This record gives sequence, structure tokens and C-alpha cells, in this order.
Amino acid sequence: MERVPILKLGDILIVSIQIDLDDQSVLALQEDLADRVVSSGARGVIIDITAVEIVDSFIGRMLSTIAAMTRMLDAETVVVGMRPAVAITLVELGLSLGGVRTALNLEKGVAALEHVRGTAG
Amino acid sequence: MNGPTEMPIATNGDVVLVRQKVRGLAAEIGLSLVDQTKIVTAASELARNALVHAGGGRVHIEVLHGARRPGLRLVFSDEGPGIPDLEQALTEGWSTGGGLGLGLSGSRRLVDEFDLVSAPGEGTRVTVTKWAR
Repeated sequence: MERVPILKLGDILIVSIQIDLDDQSVLALQEDLADRVVSSGARGVIIDITAVEIVDSFIGRMLSTIAAMTRMLDAETVVVGMRPAVAITLVELGLSLGGVRTALNLEKGVAALEHVRGTAG
Repeated sequence: MNGPTEMPIATNGDVVLVRQKVRGLAAEIGLSLVDQTKIVTAASELARNALVHAGGGRVHIEVLHGARRPGLRLVFSDEGPGIPDLEQALTEGWSTGGGLGLGLSGSRRLVDEFDLVSAPGEGTRVTVTKWAR
């Protein structure tokens, strides 16, 4: 099983998925992220899926779970870099990723997190 | 050059290998990027189904040479418990595996042809086909 590295930039954790995720790696990432959010006190998480060629129901559920989980740990998650073909396929699969905030790229993801924190005071 | 291939589905890693194989062939026969993504996603769902519900199985992968266009056919089969109620299994949101219940119903929407054969105690066979446009 490969582990996805989690980088820290200020109070944001950045995860860029560069491997073909198997289900074990997906579950490990969820747990690693929950631990890191708590230990680092991060207020935001960015998951970059630019390199991810497919998002099936398992990976889709991971994104929803991470978003819900980090919210409970006082951090907002933004998924960035979804490929157009992945978005089309997800919708047809029946998965709309409700509750998951998205942004087109890393830069916009960081801006979205700053906006959230700004309005939250 | 593209004879039929048979791949085992026994581990999570095998699911990844199946995805990669399907991706390679889908690109080779000229499926659009969206159609490649759809068939690979369907393959991922169906391979995981075989692993989760039947403890494993295999996939038979074949490139079809239709009269006007090529296609890709995947046959997932297992010797698991089978599906007692096919109609229910194809209902969106219905799941026994603790998943979202999108595996079968969702996969059906992602392909051009979909065939499900199963009976209790006799395993399950799902055949999906995607044609180049």
C-alpha cells in the first residue's frame, strides 16, 4: 500500500494525490488526515486531484467523508483540480459530492479557504 | 495485437491493475477521454463488487471490431453468493456491501451495453461494453 504525503503550509494541509489509489490507501489517507488536522491545528485542507484519472464511488465517498470529518475538527476541506471527464463521469455515476467544496485549482482553493476564514471571523 | 486478456481480481491492488489495463486499451481503440474515464470508472466499480461481495473473481477483457467502430467489452465473473433479486440490486442506493449502492446501477449508466446474470449460489457475471463514437 502506498501512502499519500500530507504537506503543511501555514495553517493549511495540502494533499496532492499522485498515485493510482487503491482502497487501502484511501482509508489510510482519511485516518492520516484526521490525525494531522488535530496535531497541526490546521484550519483548512486542500485535496488536489489534478492527477487523478478516475473518481469512482469509493474515492468519491472518501472525499465526502474527509470533508465532513475535517469540518467536525474545525477545518474546511476544498477539493481542487478535478478533470472535466471526471466531473462528467461522477454525475452520471450518480455522485454529486454534496457537501464537498471544490475549486478549479490550488490557487483558487487557497483563496476559498481564506474567504471562509474571513467570513467566519 | 489485442487478444482477449484474463485478469484475476483477488486484492485491492488487482482492482488498480484492472483499471490501468482498461485505460490502456480504451485509449488504444480511440475512445474519447470522457468515454475512457467512464469505462475505467465502471471497471473499478465492478472489480470492487467482485472483491467485496464474492471475495474475488476475474475479468475477461476483449477488444471488439464492430462493422463501423471498435469497442471494448469487459466480463466480470465470480463464484460468490450470487444476487437473489436482480431488480433490487440494480436499484440506486441499494447496497449490501456497506457502500453507496452505486456500483451496479451507476456502472450501467456509464456504458453502452450492460448485462447482468446471477442467481443465488451460482455467482455473478456482469458484461459491459463501450463503443468508440
